[in-house]
This record gives sequence, C-alpha cells and structure tokens, in this order.
Amino acid sequence: MSDTTVTLTTKKDWSSDQEVRWCPGCGDYGILQAVQQLMPELGVAPENTVFISGIGCSSRLPYYMNTYGMHSIHGRAPAIATGVAVARPDLDVWVITGDGDGLSIGGNHLIHALRRNVNLTILMFNNRIYGLTKGQYSPTSEVGKVSKSTPFGSVDTPFNPLAVALGAEASFVARTHDLDRQHMMETFRAAHDHRGAAFVEIYQNCNVFNDGQFNHVTKRTVRDEMMIDLVHGEPIRFGAERQRGVTMGSDGALRILEVADVGEDAILVHDATRPDPSLAFALARLNTDDVSPTPFGVFRQVERVEYASSVSAQVAAASEHKGPGDLATLLRSNGTWTVD
Amino acid sequence: MSETLRRSTEAEVINRLVVRFAGDSGDGMQLTGDRFTSVSAAFGNDLSTLPDFPAEIRAPAGTINGVSSFQVHISDHDITTPGDEPNVLVAMNPAALRADLHRLEIGGTIIANEDAFDERNLEKVGYATNPLEDDSLANYRVIAVPMSSLTKEACAPLGVKPRDAERSKNFFALGLVSWMYSRPLEPTVEWLEAKFADKETVREANRAALLAGHSFGETTEAVGHRYEVNPAQMPPGEYTNVTGNTALAWGLVAAGQLAKLPVTLGSYPITPASDILHELSRHKNFGVRTVQAEDEIAAAGMALGAAFAGHLGVTTTSGPGVALKSETISLAVATELPMLIVDIQRGGPSTGLPTKTEAADLNIAMFGRHGEAPLPIVASYSPVHCFYAAIEAARIALIYRTPVILLSDGYLANGSEPWRVPDPAELPTIPVEFTTEHNHVNDDGSTEFWPFLRDPDTLARPWAIPGTPGLMHRIGGLEKADGTGNIDYTPENHEKMVQLRAAKISRIADDLAPTEIQGDPDAEICILGWGSTWAAIDSAVQRRRRAGEKVAWVHLMHLSPLPNDLGDILRRYRTVLVPELNSGQLTRIVRAEYLIDATAISKVAGLPFTAREIEHHIEEASR
Repeated sequence: MSDTTVTLTTKKDWSSDQEVRWCPGCGDYGILQAVQQLMPELGVAPENTVFISGIGCSSRLPYYMNTYGMHSIHGRAPAIATGVAVARPDLDVWVITGDGDGLSIGGNHLIHALRRNVNLTILMFNNRIYGLTKGQYSPTSEVGKVSKSTPFGSVDTPFNPLAVALGAEASFVARTHDLDRQHMMETFRAAHDHRGAAFVEIYQNCNVFNDGQFNHVTKRTVRDEMMIDLVHGEPIRFGAERQRGVTMGSDGALRILEVADVGEDAILVHDATRPDPSLAFALARLNTDDVSPTPFGVFRQVERVEYASSVSAQVAAASEHKGPGDLATLLRSNGTWTVD
Repeated sequence: MSETLRRSTEAEVINRLVVRFAGDSGDGMQLTGDRFTSVSAAFGNDLSTLPDFPAEIRAPAGTINGVSSFQVHISDHDITTPGDEPNVLVAMNPAALRADLHRLEIGGTIIANEDAFDERNLEKVGYATNPLEDDSLANYRVIAVPMSSLTKEACAPLGVKPRDAERSKNFFALGLVSWMYSRPLEPTVEWLEAKFADKETVREANRAALLAGHSFGETTEAVGHRYEVNPAQMPPGEYTNVTGNTALAWGLVAAGQLAKLPVTLGSYPITPASDILHELSRHKNFGVRTVQAEDEIAAAGMALGAAFAGHLGVTTTSGPGVALKSETISLAVATELPMLIVDIQRGGPSTGLPTKTEAADLNIAMFGRHGEAPLPIVASYSPVHCFYAAIEAARIALIYRTPVILLSDGYLANGSEPWRVPDPAELPTIPVEFTTEHNHVNDDGSTEFWPFLRDPDTLARPWAIPGTPGLMHRIGGLEKADGTGNIDYTPENHEKMVQLRAAKISRIADDLAPTEIQGDPDAEICILGWGSTWAAIDSAVQRRRRAGEKVAWVHLMHLSPLPNDLGDILRRYRTVLVPELNSGQLTRIVRAEYLIDATAISKVAGLPFTAREIEHHIEEASR
C-alpha cells in the first residue's frame, strides 16, 4: 500500500481545523509549526501518516495535524504506535511525547520501542517540568528544583534523555530546540528518513511553569558559546570564531579545549554512524553539569534491522513455506480419528 | 502372544474410568496423563482431563508442594467432567499418595511405586510408618510395584546409566496402566519414535520401560484383573482432542479468517494464558502477527494500535494482567475501537494460585474500569467451546466497535476433550466494512467524515483506517462530541455519550438467540451457571433428574449484556442456585439486576466443582 509517487501537499493540507490551545508563548507552537512546515517536504501523504501521543501538553499535537491520530494514555504512546506500525508497516508513524510522559510513566515503553527499533519517529518535548498538571518536577528536572511538589528542592537525580535512548540501543538519537525552526526541521527530516526508531529530544520552553530553563544554552546572546553543532564528518568545533573544540583525552574523557592550544588535529571528528555508541554517549553527557556547552544535532544514526519489517518477513516466509493458512488443516493439526 | 490375546478377551467391560497420575514435578506425570489421554481418544472413548500442577517449576523433590497430577476420565458415553473421584490413583511417591489419597473413591485402586516409599521420602510428608505396609490403606486395593528398580533392570541391557534409566519410570507406570485398562501400546511407541527421533537413548529407555510395565501387568498375579472401556457412541465424523487454550487460539485464527482481517496479538507471558501466545505465534501463515510485549500494558496498547490500523487486535492474559490493562481497555471504550481481551482466570488476588483455576474475575471484567465504561463479556464453558467463544467475542467487538472481554479459566485452558472437527464453511462469517467515503453532508452541500456518526441500528461508529484518503481523523481519551468527534466537554454531550456507549452495549442483547433452558423448564429449581462450571452442573443435573427430581438449568455464555429474557425466566423459579468458582459474583449481579433471591453455590479452592458438590446443593434446596 505504500505510496511511491511523490505527494504534493502544502502546510495547509497538514493542519487540522482545530483551534490550537497551548498557553500563549509556549514552545510547543514553534515545534508544531516546524512539523507542519516540514511535512509537505517529505513527499508523503496525510492519509498515510499517523501521529500517536500520550498525555501532557505536548501530546495535544496530534489534534492539530490533519492526519490519522490518537491522543492516547499517559506514557503508552510508544506501545500503541508499535501496534500500528507492526500491523501496518506501510504507514508513517510519529510519536509525540514529553519528559514526564516518555521518561517517567512511559519509560518502559520508550526503551522497548527503541530496543526493538520499530519504525517510529519519536519527538520528545523536554521542558523539565509537568506542565499540564501545573508545575511538578519531572524526571529531567535538575537536583534542587523547587516546584509545587518539591518546595524544598528536588532530591531526584534526573535522566539524561539521550543517554537513556543510547542505553536502550536506539539507532537514531538527536537533539534540537524550540527556538530554531530550521534546525528542528532538518533534525525531524533526518529522523523521519531514518528506518527504525528515531529519538529526538527537543529542548522546549514552558513559559508558565519553568520559564527560561534552557536560556543558558539557547538564548541568542549565548548560543555561540554554549551550543555545539554536531555535523557528521566535521570536527566538533564551536564558538563565535569556532575557536573551541571537543577532544578526547588519554583517559577516554571528553574535554572542551581551545583549538589554538591543542591544534586542529586533536579535535574529534563527528561520526554519527559509529557502530559503538560510546562516543555518542559521552557527547550526550557532555553537559551533564548543566552549565557546560551542549551538543545539538544527530548524535547517532546507524543501520539496524527494523522491527515491523522483520515481523512481516516472518509472516511472508511462513506463508511461502507452509502455504496460505487453511483452517481445515489447522483444526486437524493435533491428529484426528474417525468415528463411523 | 497367544497368552496376551487369551487374557485380553477376559477383560471385564466397565463403562467409565477415572485415573489420576500423581508424582513429583520431575516425574513426568503431565506427559504420562497426556499419552494415556491421546491413546484413549484415538481408541474412541469420550474423555475429559484435569491437569493439576504446582506453580513452582520444581518444588523440592518428594514434598507435597511438588506434587504434579493429571486426572483423566474416559468413558463409553458422553461425559463432560474429569470425574469427581478417581477409580485409580497412580502414586509415584509418598507425597503423591499423601496429596491425592483423599480424592480416591473408597475401594479404589492405588498403584504405588514402592521403591520411592523409603524412610526419607516417608518422613518428608509425615508418614510415621509405610502406608503400603501398615493397615491404613485397608479400604483400597493396593498394587505396590518396584517401578524404579524394574525400570532400571529393563534399561540395563541398553547400556543406560541407572540414574538416567530411572527417569523412564513414568513410562513403566503408563505401560502397566495400559495393560490394566486394555489400552494399545502402539500409538505411544510411534509417538516415542517421532518425539525422540534424534535421542536414541531416551527413546529406547522409554520404550523398554513402557513394555516392561505392560509385561509386568501381564505376568504378575498381583495386578490381577484387566478392564476395558469401550468406545463411546459419538456422532460419526472426524475428531480431534483439544485443550481450551488451543481451541481458543484456533478460534482467534478462525475469527480473523471469518472477518477477513489480519490478527495482531500483543501478549505478555502469564500462566495460564501463555499457551495461546505460543500457539498463535506458530500460525504466521494465516497472517497472524504476535508481539511478546514488554509488559501487560504494552500488550494491550499494541492490540489497540493494531485495531486502529485495521486489524483484529487481541491481547491475552490472566487476572493480574487484566488489572494492568484496565486503562487501555477504558481507552478502547472511549475511542470505540474493536479489541479483544482474553482473560484465562486463575486463583487470586495478586499472584494467588497461578496454576489453579478460579472464576473470580467476573467483577473486574464487569466493573474494573474508571468512569462509566460498560463492555461486552463472553464466557466459554468447555475446552471445545473456547473456539466458538473466541469467534463470538471477535464478532461482537468487530460489529459493535467495542473492547470485549472473553473469560476462560485455568481448568478449561489445560483441560481437554474430543471435538468433532467443524467444517470451516459452516462457521458464520463476520461482515466488517471499513468506511471509505465521507458520511456527512454539510448545509452548504459539502461533505465531511464524522468519526462518531453512528450506525442507527448498532450505534457502532465508522471504522476508517489509516491509509484511507480524505478520512483523516483524530481520536483519543478526551470526551468527544457525538457525530463530529471533536473534543467536547459540555455537560449535555458527556451525558449523551455515556448513555450512547451504554446503549450500544445493551443493544447487543437484541442480537442474541433466546435463552435456552435445559433440563425441566417446569421445575421449581433453576441452576444458573456460567463458565467452566458447565461440566459439573451438567453431571449434577443429569443425576438429580435420573433420581426423579425436576431441575432447570440456564448456562450463560453472554454475561454482558445479559440476555433480554433472563429476568423473566429466572422469576419463574422458586429457587435459583448459582454455582460459581468465586464468592458469588454473578449472584450479586442477577440479584441487583432482577431483584430475585438467587443463592450462590460458592467454591474458591483452586479446583473445579465436583458434580457431587453441586448435586448436594440441589438436593438441599429441594427439601
């Protein structure tokens, strides 16, 4: 059923007639814009596209897409989307989730969807707060976070979403942020084009309950010094003059140093296709202190057998080997005897 | 050979026989029982089986907790239960005797492996003296046979190590019982050849043990008389022997074929439901997709996702899994998608008795969701009926676009009975049509797709699957406006939708055949049954009627909605007795629904009812 001809659509074809209802100024608007603007460029048809979400502010996104969609249960979107993808490998299936939805209540489904490498494009809106329930700390909130449920500060160690995804054997892992539509579109495009489970963390600002959480990285005035743009095949350099770079010491640890001090050859060249995820893991953890420069872009993109196609292949192989199923034969497969 | 023939003609004909094979978990009793069953089935007996095994894979050897039993009832006439009281107990060790002696009929036969009745084993289960040697078994006929040593001797010429040879003693027992009850050996020898084609030592040891057991019966005075159970008079046709779980799995495959839809199963391993996952995973050539999910919740989610995508979405589980799936089932109620949830009930609460039967999930099936979330419930009543119940549950789900819970239980799941193989052409087709066109005309003449514009008869909403141009729509857990399917929190709409979802379920009853009253419709006592109690009720009702008493019996296959005529039927009787393997869950429902004074006959012992127990209650009630 897959549509091999290029489908010509416009952004309007991908927008539903529902009024968008996020708080004014929410980062989700920018993400929705990026998704709706990108879709016509992907050459796919709205009727062959499915958006599945869980529960949370981000999870309202499917209502605004003129595609098939399901606003499902808190945390369960990867499982429901797996059902859709296994039943219908011909469809383009997107999962919309947040840090609470995907990493707290739904953590199990997320890691297993990644492990299986189901052909899903998973967009995780990370605002490090529970927005829909009005301001409790989330599994990505920093230690010490003062929130409605942690008046004395959170004592939980947060997850690093990309490190979780890499630990779960994800074949595609990327990070982008809600202030850069072009970067989002390019990242989403790469995620969509990847065959298998693609995980994208989006730094998203919740201007009501956690305003400015990522300002120290994404604000225009600090971006040059704080954002590291990962480009496959290029040295990992950043800064207004690209004067700084990421190096690996003899102890295996990544360090940020001045290029002038260590020489260009000492700077790591980014390779998203490395089979070993260790370097991607180290890059994902470069900003674990939450003050260091933060890498963006595609951390990892490797080819691995896709789940639904493996399931379909077994179905096809069984049909070829045993012939199409015949009920009369099945009902006799335990052996029979005849009563005259 | 002539000796064998001469003696076999002397076999006394009996009309039924219940044998219970009992031993340690590692003694191979399930296999022994299964072989005896297969041979009897092929011989043409009617039969019913009850496997009864511990939850532990291997409990400490020689303990009561480690006893694994298999009871089989064979007969020359139509039977439905695995028998109340075994006539023969095969006890491979003292623990087996200790655990199962109380079940044996007085005067019944004990075949004991006397080698295992040593001091250590006796002590483990608290026998101060050897029951095979003291007078404690005076009320029974005891045949003590040194099965372990005879098996070792029989295997010695094959060069099998004694320790390995001893493992074949279950085949010695099978050989002996086969001789006593005139069962042919050939099918088992053939089975051994196929099963252990690549394992010569095991195959030959088992064969030697089987033959040795048979010869022992033939040549030893101690065993004495030989019996025979003639084939049952069953309607002509081709028969097979199925367990409830196999029949249920085949029913799901058949439902997919009848609806012309691929089946996608999401399942997480759980006793006693896992065999359905195992069986379905073998039948991919029917287009069946199976996913062993990361947990019960994901399994339900995958089934629902597959349903959204246009498949027959199924998830199989047992009670604890139903609890975990509850939220997803509620989403299926809200999104009005077809989905099948199969609950193979076991003893609860919590982990409870994983390998023992109970039917105490009626409440969770009926009420175990948040909000107003009614759904249809179908209950299977026999191993064979599991096949038809699966088709019926799928039919309701697909036609009415609703999650359906299918209740079976551990007793049906593992029990088996002969089944006259149906002709697939005679099975009812399930007409399913996906919506492919706009279904609503606006005032200006333009058209739209409204995902909640209902069929006026069934109240089912249209099923438009991804891939269909022009019908893109969003569904979800938030309350939707009837018709358009847009999010709608208004008080009027919510109340209307709650009522519509309930009306859709209750209308299913209009589609059901009139309730059948078995036995004597003009009796004063009516038995109201559901699920696997069917077999014991059937025997009990037959016995009371043979004793001259009038008894009516209604057995429900649809528990939600209940049949439209049920209230009127039950009100006709002075006494309504409801045998249930729970504390009275259906009883409470019919009392609430019809304001009748129904009485529960309750059993929660991890075991099915015996016919005698139910018969006793009928007798009491008629006084």
